[in-house]
Amino acid sequence: MKRTEAFEMYQPRTLVEASRLLKDNGPGGRFLAGGTDLVIAMKEKGLLPKYIVDLKRVPGLTGIRENKDKGITIGALTTMYEIETAALIKKKYPFLAQSAAEVGSIQIRNRATIGGNMSNATPSADTAPALIALNATAKVASASGEWTLPLQDFFRGPGQNAMNADEILTEITIPKTAANLVGEYIKFSPREMMDLAYVGVAVAYNFSKKDKQCSNVRIVLGAVAPTPIRAWRAEAAMEGQVLSEAVAAKAGDIAAQEAKPISDVRSSADYRRAMVGAMTKRALMNASVGPAKSWYQRRERRY
Amino acid sequence: MNKPIQFTLNGKSVSRTVPNHRLLLDLLRDEIGMTGTKEGCGTGDCGACTVSVNGKPVNSCLILSGELDGADITTIEGLKIGPELHPIQQAFVQDGGAQCGYCTPGMLMMSKALLDGNKNPTDEEIRYALSGNLCRCTGYAKIVQAVKDAAAIMRK
Repeated sequence: MKRTEAFEMYQPRTLVEASRLLKDNGPGGRFLAGGTDLVIAMKEKGLLPKYIVDLKRVPGLTGIRENKDKGITIGALTTMYEIETAALIKKKYPFLAQSAAEVGSIQIRNRATIGGNMSNATPSADTAPALIALNATAKVASASGEWTLPLQDFFRGPGQNAMNADEILTEITIPKTAANLVGEYIKFSPREMMDLAYVGVAVAYNFSKKDKQCSNVRIVLGAVAPTPIRAWRAEAAMEGQVLSEAVAAKAGDIAAQEAKPISDVRSSADYRRAMVGAMTKRALMNASVGPAKSWYQRRERRY
Repeated sequence: MNKPIQFTLNGKSVSRTVPNHRLLLDLLRDEIGMTGTKEGCGTGDCGACTVSVNGKPVNSCLILSGELDGADITTIEGLKIGPELHPIQQAFVQDGGAQCGYCTPGMLMMSKALLDGNKNPTDEEIRYALSGNLCRCTGYAKIVQAVKDAAAIMRK
């Protein structure tokens, strides 16, 4: 494998300093978090940054905390493995923990960060659909201040996010959710591990166990459009419905129509579209019975 | 574009001035001369280059030397303590958990990380932990057995 060429590396100690470095040194600089996308792009795709600003020495960007209002905030440099194994995430949002566990290997997940996964804005990013289904917001900071936006608006296209070059994603916040919220993320890829999603589907809804009614339904699709997308019409079709195979299948059919997949080396657009339908239905059904108890069970429930 | 860094390697302090862009893998193999860590794919898919950084197994082919100041690194050369093989190494030898051996250092480092946190893993847990370590000789059954046997030795 090709080696990277020489570059300057900065290790600022504050966000303001980090942002100023990008502004002062001009175009061609890149922020570095875990490096599992950036270093691969440098080795495999010949990306040569003029300089790199390593964010890992900036304090306060890691960790998962429950806020006073019962929302959860995840620091941008929190690793995928930390999210996958965090007791708080596993208890409240097991499908989010699972979506993090779908990324690469444990070695990759020990480096890869949630902020990096979002900022690289790959359409197939595994954690994006689950976070969008949870109504997450993104906080962005620079030397001139900070702003917050819904995570679903953060993605602008393949590799394109809503930030300027000197802005840094600092945290993701999941607002308080209903006690009866259920969810599921299905990553559909023929290889069990170490693959990218052909199709990713996250669903979340409030589920009344007594009458099986679904409300506040959110269905988010990954890898089948230039960005992760909400399947708005499928959500509307599920809203207030009593959950059944037939109702979920209908929502799946609508979601398949809403997807805008491409054909590439992994899959044809037609196949992706068909799998959106099947996986949306299964995600809706699986969510109502609770999280998979093991990795093997997760695999079985996908089919 | 060089930077003075200080880190701990297999328990010993190392101070060096290194180019920022030098990969940890190359720093270990070419500059320090520890060639136990292997390069397979170079893109974080195969796990042959697995080392421990600050107690966590990671791909050394994706880490830049400029990031390493203050890091605590353990490589396959640091697995063995004293003259005896580590129990995981013993089990891989005993069970034939290696064919060509190229993936073995990475398999051992990842198995160590698993067994440090789980004294009695199931087959599923072993396969899950080793899912980022590829063996092109397809010797997975004996590797999984070796990790189970290593766990049994380490529980004694």
